[in-house]
Amino acid sequence: MKLAGFLLLLAGWAIVVAAVVLLIPANARAIFVLAGVGVEIIGLTLVIRSNPLAGREKE
Amino acid sequence: MPISITEIALIIILILLAPLAIAGLSLINTGLGRSRSAAHSMLASLCIFAVAAGAYLICGFAWQGYIGAPAHVIVAAGRQWNWLARAPFFFRGMDFNASALSLAACLQIFSVGLAALIPLGACLDRWKLSAACASTALLAGCTYPLFAHWVWGGGWLAQLGINAAMGHGVIDAGGSGTIQAVGGLTALALAWILGPRRGKYSLEGMPTAIPGHNAVLILFGCFLALFGWFGLNSAGAMLFTGAAPVRVVLISMNTALAAGAAILAAVVITGLRFGRPDVSISANGWVGGLVASSASCAFVSPVAALVIGGIAGALVTYSVEWFELHFGVDDPGGAISVHAVAGIWGLLAVGIFARFPASVMNVAGDLPGASAARDSAQWLAQIVAVATLIGFILPLTYGLNFALNRIWPQRVPMEGERQGLDLYELGGGAYPEFITHSEEFGQFR
Repeated sequence: MKLAGFLLLLAGWAIVVAAVVLLIPANARAIFVLAGVGVEIIGLTLVIRSNPLAGREKE
Repeated sequence: MPISITEIALIIILILLAPLAIAGLSLINTGLGRSRSAAHSMLASLCIFAVAAGAYLICGFAWQGYIGAPAHVIVAAGRQWNWLARAPFFFRGMDFNASALSLAACLQIFSVGLAALIPLGACLDRWKLSAACASTALLAGCTYPLFAHWVWGGGWLAQLGINAAMGHGVIDAGGSGTIQAVGGLTALALAWILGPRRGKYSLEGMPTAIPGHNAVLILFGCFLALFGWFGLNSAGAMLFTGAAPVRVVLISMNTALAAGAAILAAVVITGLRFGRPDVSISANGWVGGLVASSASCAFVSPVAALVIGGIAGALVTYSVEWFELHFGVDDPGGAISVHAVAGIWGLLAVGIFARFPASVMNVAGDLPGASAARDSAQWLAQIVAVATLIGFILPLTYGLNFALNRIWPQRVPMEGERQGLDLYELGGGAYPEFITHSEEFGQFR
């Protein structure tokens, strides 16, 4: 799960870079940058949750 | 960039204040650790600074470069994107004549030392000295120069203003992202790799409090750090964003106001939640305010600096608890919350609060004249910088340290933690007179 999280982090960044480099319209660029950030947040959540001690206080 | 003799003198004085940030952070880290690892922590701070400066001399500056220096460029969609500097190793060919290039190199020696010191706060009481030095070489020779080039060396993040009409490109005058967030995210990666200190979490996963051993060291470190940040923020703003020398007044005020607002926020929040203010979290709040102030220090009003600092103090206060309680990350010095979380907030704050004067210069090229339309797109450039930190720098630094850990395990054995790092790695403690040795009583009647 940790590896998947890190891959999602990289994938999110790749979306951000692609949006910045390839898209011209400002609105489309902003939407894709935010989408990339969203993917990164999912990846970061996965990495955090893969820590064996994360969330244990709820059990 | 031609600079006058007065500006040179001012910048040199400001650069020479920067080591106080390193001294302050060292004291804070040491005070927040256990007494049986105090000497180790201070020695590790000095060794980390030495290794960082050496690695930066060898290849760091060559890859970071400076405005207008040769660089590797990728052409995409008809635009040139600068991604890595192409300067000689070992500072070869540089004239140390107080040019902007040599002043930037001098400031960077201290900046990279500060960035490299940040992970120590998250790894207190369990990080081998040799591993700390090896990990520092990776940060100072690879991770830090890469991101610093992108923001301060005319790299693709700095070019966002010219190439993609995103404000003035990423603005980070004093290093909220370049120094603090890079160091803080490395601290997070290392805290994951090392795992928590023995005894920190119960079998059920509940954290136990292991308080710092010296509150006076912590708070004195906070005072020292303030002076260091005056230097970092002012010199950084002048060298990397072209801020005029007269802006030093505003920068110093903003730095102090942000730190003040942050510690007050932390004192009030911990006071309300726990019944009385918490010293270590309040001190972390102070440094969090300094960290958050850095990126925008030259381009916001004092009121905005108060708001930025106050939010940073609140963020640090809650973030420390979240990392320890909910994320299972043992960070004795609060390095992740203070430097990564507050640093990222500082970067975002530029996009929210900064108003740029007509004379502002982006390192990637001058964008003449102030423009409200251009300023309104600044937030997107700052978000791209944050996305790069989390989406690229964090996996990179985790991968490098994970590989290092496979080759050279970074954590001390259980015996080392039981004895304390002073005795285990150095053979003597920081406070020898506090230890009662049974043989001393055996010698005297």
